[in-house]
Parts: sequence; structure tokens; C-alpha cells
Amino acid sequence: MASVSVSGSHGVLRRPMSTTGFWSWFTTVDHKKIGIMYGVSSFLFFILGGVEALLIRSQLAKPGNTLLNADQYNQIFTMHALTMIFLFVMPMSAAFFNYLIPLMIGARDVAFPRLNALSFWVFLLGALFLNSSWFLGGAPDGGWFGYAPNSTTEPGNAMTFYALGLLITGVASTIGAINLAITVINMRAPGMSMFRMPVFVWMGLVVQFLLAFSLPIITVALFQMLFDRRWGTAFFDPTRGGEPLLWQHMFWLFGHPEVYILILPAFGIISEILPVFSRKPLFGYQFIVFSGIAIGFIGFGVWVHHMFATGLGPVANTAFGITTAIIAIPTGIKIFNWMGTMYGGDLRFDTPMLYAVGAVAMFVIGGLSGVTHSIVPSDYQQTDTYYIVAHFHYVLFGGAIFALFGGMYYWWPKVFGKMLNERWGKVQFWIVIVGFNLAFGPMHILGLGGMIRREYTYPASLGLTFWNQVSTVGAFTIAVGVLLFIINAVRTQLKPSTLTTDDPWDARTLEWTTSCPPADYNFETIPTVHSLDDFWHKKYAEDESGRLVRVPAGASGEAHPGHGAHAIHLPSPSFWPLVVSFGFPLLGYGVLYSWWLIGLGAAVIAVGLVGWALEPSVAE
Amino acid sequence: MRGNVRKKLLWVGGLLLLTAVLAACGSNLQQNSFDPAGPTAQSEKDVLMLPLAIAALIFVVVEGGIVFIAIRFRHKKNQDRMPKQLHGNSRLEIGWTIAPAVLLAIVVVPAVSLIWKLDRVPPDAMQIKVEGYQWWWGFQYLDQDMAVDYGDKGPITTADVLVIPANTTINLQLASMGGGARDDAGNPDHMVIHSFWAPQLFGKQDVIPGLDGQDNHIVFSAWEPGTYYGQCAEFCGLQHGIMKFRIIALDATDWQAWVANHKQPAATPTDTLAAQGMDLFLGSNGEGGWCIACHAIGGTEAAATAGPNLTKFADRTHECFAGCLEETFNPDGTPNTEALSAWLRDPGAVKMGAKMPNYHLTEEQIQALVAYLYTLS
Repeated sequence: MASVSVSGSHGVLRRPMSTTGFWSWFTTVDHKKIGIMYGVSSFLFFILGGVEALLIRSQLAKPGNTLLNADQYNQIFTMHALTMIFLFVMPMSAAFFNYLIPLMIGARDVAFPRLNALSFWVFLLGALFLNSSWFLGGAPDGGWFGYAPNSTTEPGNAMTFYALGLLITGVASTIGAINLAITVINMRAPGMSMFRMPVFVWMGLVVQFLLAFSLPIITVALFQMLFDRRWGTAFFDPTRGGEPLLWQHMFWLFGHPEVYILILPAFGIISEILPVFSRKPLFGYQFIVFSGIAIGFIGFGVWVHHMFATGLGPVANTAFGITTAIIAIPTGIKIFNWMGTMYGGDLRFDTPMLYAVGAVAMFVIGGLSGVTHSIVPSDYQQTDTYYIVAHFHYVLFGGAIFALFGGMYYWWPKVFGKMLNERWGKVQFWIVIVGFNLAFGPMHILGLGGMIRREYTYPASLGLTFWNQVSTVGAFTIAVGVLLFIINAVRTQLKPSTLTTDDPWDARTLEWTTSCPPADYNFETIPTVHSLDDFWHKKYAEDESGRLVRVPAGASGEAHPGHGAHAIHLPSPSFWPLVVSFGFPLLGYGVLYSWWLIGLGAAVIAVGLVGWALEPSVAE
Repeated sequence: MRGNVRKKLLWVGGLLLLTAVLAACGSNLQQNSFDPAGPTAQSEKDVLMLPLAIAALIFVVVEGGIVFIAIRFRHKKNQDRMPKQLHGNSRLEIGWTIAPAVLLAIVVVPAVSLIWKLDRVPPDAMQIKVEGYQWWWGFQYLDQDMAVDYGDKGPITTADVLVIPANTTINLQLASMGGGARDDAGNPDHMVIHSFWAPQLFGKQDVIPGLDGQDNHIVFSAWEPGTYYGQCAEFCGLQHGIMKFRIIALDATDWQAWVANHKQPAATPTDTLAAQGMDLFLGSNGEGGWCIACHAIGGTEAAATAGPNLTKFADRTHECFAGCLEETFNPDGTPNTEALSAWLRDPGAVKMGAKMPNYHLTEEQIQALVAYLYTLS
């Protein structure tokens, strides 16, 4: 049997050996290291997107402001959305999935470790490619939704960068989605049946399916846009028989499932945190799982609610108004089940819990304003106004990002073996939630009061100045909160660990049975799972009246056969994923600048894949 | 302690919300969708009231519930309470699945019936074509009795301000136009998607290239004479933010006078400076002739459609120009010659990316053109 530290490879295609040190990060196939890299890089993009948000709010701080001109503003609001969606929330969710799914299902890694590395590197290089447009003639300025024909006829390279950048990051997401879905389906530990999986894993599975089915749609649309822009086709050009609305249908057929791709990971995180800090099992596990699946399905049937004002006619508007109302039902179920989880519990408001409860409370607001969109005639008034901006920030910031912060506090000791400072965490939470409501609450009023989206300035005569200023103050308050988080994280990492236990939260799920941080191989022995919340049931038993009694330490713990790490098979590191990933931005620049670069990019990918295929599976 | 903080926060939040709602209902908002001035906007507001009330109720129940649970069941120091392990309650869960479904069914019915009602075009509605350009709006009055009395007897055509009779049902036919205008960089005026929206009168409808106004339409009327504000609501390129318009509703007498005036061609100026400006506009003396490439002035040989029709540029109702970035008249009613001069001097400096090129006019030429344009009343 192979050993963890592989040694003595043969032949020209030698595999890299080291699993520690700086360079090991470039060749690692360990899902935990890849998860950390996803997390760190997406957090850096969160800061970038946040700076863009502050620029937007600074520009709108007073009427007729000239801090940014129309051109700069259009680039910044477009990149703010692209960055927050594609370069922060999606990869940050991927970070959590990557790190936690194998640990939660009792696996040693994902199904295809090298593909996992490829997915990360392609994401990172695609993100850098997209942002390189700032220095190469200007960033995308046609909105994250890139409506044709504006996006296909805009001069310059900006929207070509958009199409190519999203295609590249789409490759990353597709690879990751297939990998993680297969991992969940095939790699579960003995006894870990589907309905013993933590809800986070369930939501992860649903998200990977949403990705796998929705990304092909946007991929086709982006290729059509690329060909319209670069090679003169007319998919969206009405003067030559094209159809502008075709883009919108395809974009939102992807775009609406995308909304759930962004929020379901948060639902998963909330569903993990609430039971732990309530010391109660999740209320209605099956209902939560099935409502998540239902959201995934119905999410493919509501895309026209982004297009109620495009004139598709009363039949389409009626049908999609109704489906939009229907999708509120499974979402509502989750809210009530979470409240049921907390009800009667012993609630400990540590920072993860604060964020999880905050996420539920804020998401409710976004959910309720979302239901009003199903009232189609009033949506004619609200669509494309700040009312919508308010809605989706309550859902995506108040819901998704709050939950992601909760997740960071919750799993930080798992990942780094150190606790983030709780006092700082609580202060940070209250600053963020106050700033958040100041920033986005007034946007409801702004929207109903007649402020459209994506306008780079507004005249004082509209009467919107005051609430814009409140919103700007709120945005900077959030920034202070995020800054505190960064300081907290850096301080924590610089200090020695104070963690005295591997189970600091008295948690319920399998990942907490490993050490903090887990060893390379995760589990010394692959665990056998007997129930939902298996770890909890090893610690506590219920007496006749349903009250909990702590099981004396070691009484029901499984016997750990003491075979050491030397007997565990782990995938070896590889530099081929990194090589292959470099081909994608080369292809992108080639489309923009030169056929030679296209050839070079294709060659890099081809060579990389051959090397990948021929590399020794593991050296004996 | 923590619970008290939450409670206080809730109070502050509630007060903020209340002020917010009061402020939103204030009349100082020019584009307030909650302050309807016609039946279309009124129905779009009314249909939202019941869902909003239900949403407010759910908001109070759920947020109140969360706060209550957070306080009631918070962990108390020195008390190692092990809560009862409840795994769920099917009856309760089925209940909170069905209850929202019923509520939603109740609010969706009136919404659906209104979708169909708003789509209907009354046969006697006044027909006006709305044209979206980058980045301004043009209007053509299509009815037979709204044709001009000169030239080819085409429809009355205006820009920036849509003038309508009050209390008259109007059907707007929405068309996206790719004009022949080019900006300094030579970029053409693209056919892109716009969206026409005047919140006090009607919700949005997108202006889609290729649909030529037959499909996308807005039926509305204004109850009272007055000025209503609106703007393009779908991102349409660089100056999407300043693609505004006004709708001025006139009473019957004013409306008849307006129509009679707009059926007439532009008057030939008698003033020397203005006459000079007209020559420059048309290029009739071998000098100038830039304007005629894009603009039309009824009764002259200027008949291009790439830019706004200027026949009645200085009519009192033509309150604003350049996508309503600039006021045509000063508050005291005198011509805003300063703004128009600045625009002619360098359109791109006033409105970045404007499709009207900078012709590097001399100050004398600018003065003459301004004088001429303000004779077009």
C-alpha cells in the first residue's frame, strides 16, 4: 500500500512530492488546502467588490456628483456585481463545500482531487483575466446581466472581456460542480445514507446540480455574444434577423437558478449552526431538505419574473407571476423550521449564532419583498428601481453573506485550529447589521420613490438626496465591520492557538470528530455512521422524556484501531492542473488580440492534459 | 442584557421604518410611484396594498417571533439546561406549508386579473409613438387629426417632453430607434433596449429593438393637467442615467392651442442674428450646414431624423433638452441661452458621450444658432 509521503518517482513525468511549504500550495490536490485557497482568494475579491461598492455609494452621496463620470460608474457597478457574485459568493461557497463536504460525509478527499485543483486554478486565473480588463482599455460596462444588443454593440473590448471572463470562470464552476456532486453521491462513509447527511451537504448537492444544469445555458449565450461581438454573427441583432430578447431568456434561465446557487449554501450553513447553538436537532430535517430540492426545481421555472416589463404578453406574465409566488412556499418552510429549531432550545449567542439568526431575520425581509415581485402589475413600477436593489441585497448580503460570515466564525477553529476573537466578532456583527440596514433599507424607499438602477447621478429635484446619504453612511459602516473582521482574522492567525478541544462548539456533525485542523488524511479510520447528527448521539443520549444525558466519555465511542497514518492512501500532488489552467486566459487574450495566442493557449491545455493523463498515478 | 439591546434596536428600526414610509408618501418626490396621478399607476399601486399588508403582518410575526425566541430561550449563565430534543412536528409543518399557499393564492388573483386589464387597448385611445434613441426620447402623434399642415403632412413630432391632453386615454407604441447620429469617436447610435417609465402615471414597459411599437405598449391617462417626470429605466449604455423625459398634461383649451401651433411650420426669423443662425443651421450660404445632417425643422429643408426634431424647440412646453439634462428656460421664463450655448460649444463636455459631435463652432456662430433656435416657438 502506498504511503502519505510518496517518494521515488520514475520517468520524465515525475510527480511533485512535498505536501508542506510554500510551493506545495501550487501542486496540492488536498481538498482542505484548495478550500482555503478558494476562501482566501474569494475574500480578497470581496474586498475589491466592497471598494467598488464604496465608490458607487460615494458617487451617489450627493446629487449631480462628479466624483465618477458616467463611463467609470458603469464599469464600477458592473464589476461590483460580477465580483460579488462570480468572484466572491460563488467561490466562497465553493470554499466551504470543498473543505467541509468530504469531512462531513466521512471521506478522505473529493472524488477527483486533481480536477478539484484545476477548478480552483481556472477560477483564479479567470477572475484575474476579467479584472485585467481594468488595465486593458476598461472593465465591462454593460451590467452583470449584459443585455444585448447594448452589450454586443458597445465599442471596445470591455464586454468581450465579460463574455470570456464568465466563460472561463464557468469552466471552473462546471468542473467543481461535477466533482462535488459525484463526491457526495459516491464517497459517503459506511452508514452515511442520503438522509443522514447534514443539511449543508444536501444543499451542496442541490447547488452542484443547479450549476451543472444552468451553466450550459449561460455558456451558450456567452458564446453567441462573443461571436456577435468578435466575428460579426447576428444572434441578438434585430437588424439582421437576430432576437434581442433571446439573450434575456438564456441569461435568466441561468440567472435565476444562479440566485439559488448563491443562497442555498447559506441555507445549509444556517441549518448547521442553529442546531448546534440551540442544542437541539434541526426541526423537520426532511422538510428542510425537500424544500431545498423543491427550490432547486422551481428555480428553473421563474426566470420571466426578471422580464415582466419586456412585453412577453399577459399569458407569460400570468404564468410566471404564479410560479414566482409558489417558490415563496418552500422558502417560507425553511424560515419556520429554523424558528422551530430555536424554539425551546438553549440558545448560546456566540458569533456564529448571531450571524445565523441575523441571516434568517434579514433574509425574511428580502423574501417578503421578493413575494411582492410576483404581483406583476406593481412589478412594472418596481422593476429596475432601487426597490429591486434593496430586495436582492437583503437576500444576498443579508442572507448569503451573513451566513457565510457565520460559517467563517463557526468553522475557523476547524480549519485553522484557532478561535476568532468572540468579543471582536460580536462587535463586528452589530456594526455590520446596523450598517447593512442603513445601507439597504432606505433603498426600498428610493425605489418606490422613483430612483432607477444604474444611473450614475440624480438631480436634487427628484427629492431622493436624504435617503441616498443614509445609504452611503450605511455602506461605510459595513466597511468598518468588514475591516474589524480582517483585523480579527489577522490577529488570530498571528497569535498562538488557545484552542483546548477539537469540539469547541459542542457540535453535531462528523467534521468535528477530526482534529483541528484535520490531518491530511482527515480520518484515521473511516467512520461508520449510525444516525443523523452521529457525533452528537455519540456524546449524548436521550432519556425516556426526551431530555439529554451526556454519555460518559469513551463509553459509546467506537474502538479506534490504532493503525497509524502510514497506511493511508492519499492522492499525490500534481502540477498539471496549474499548467492546464494557464491555457484558459491565454485562449481569452487570443480571442481579443491574436490567433497566435489562441494557438498557444490550446497547446498549453493539450500538453497539460497529456501530461495529466500520463503522469504516474502514484509512485511506488 | 443582549435581549434589551435587540428590543431597543427593534424600536429604532420600527421608528426608522415609520419615518421612511412617511417620507416616501411625501409629495416632494417627483417620481413617486406611491403618488399616482392617473388610473394606470393607481391600479398598479392598489394591487400592491393587500400583499404589502400581509407582508407587513408576516414581517411582524416572524421578526417578533425570532426576537421573542432569542430572548426567551437564551442560555442563562450557571444553568446547564438540556433542552427537549424535538425533531419536528408534521402537523405544524404541513400547516405552515399550506397557510402561505392560501395567502399567496388570495393575493395573486387580483394581480392576474389586472395583468389582463392593463394589456387591453381601448379602440378610441389616442395613438402616440414613443421612440427611444441613445439617449433621448422622441414622440410622434400618429392620429389622423394630429398631422401637420405643411410638407408631407406627417405626424407632429417632438422630443424630450410628451404633451398630452388631460383625462384622455392614450396608447403609447414603443419603438427603439437606431438613429444615424455618431459621436466624436464615430460610434453610431445603436438600437438598444430602453424602458419607458413615468411612475406617477404608469409602470415600465421595455422598448425592444425590432418590435416597432406594435407589441409593446402602455395605456394610460392623467387625471389633472400638470407636469409628470419619467426616465429610461433599462440600462441602455453610457448615458442611461440621463435619458429623462417629462409628460405635460394640458387642459382642453391649452391642448387645442398646442395642437394648432404644432401643426404650423417653424416661422422664418426676422431678426438678423436669428436669420444668420438659420442660414448656418441649413448651410444655405455655403457656411455651416452641420445641424441639417441630423435634425429636422418643419417647413425648412431640414428633415433628418437622427437627432431631435427642433420645429418647436422654444415652445413653452418644451421645458428641457438633451434628455432633459438641461432646462430650455430659466425659472423666470427667459431663454436659457447659457445652457444651449454650452451644449453647442461641446455637447460631449455637457453630456459625456452625447452622439452630437463637437463642430468647434465660433462664439459668433453659437450666438446666431442660439438666437435662431429660440425663435422656434
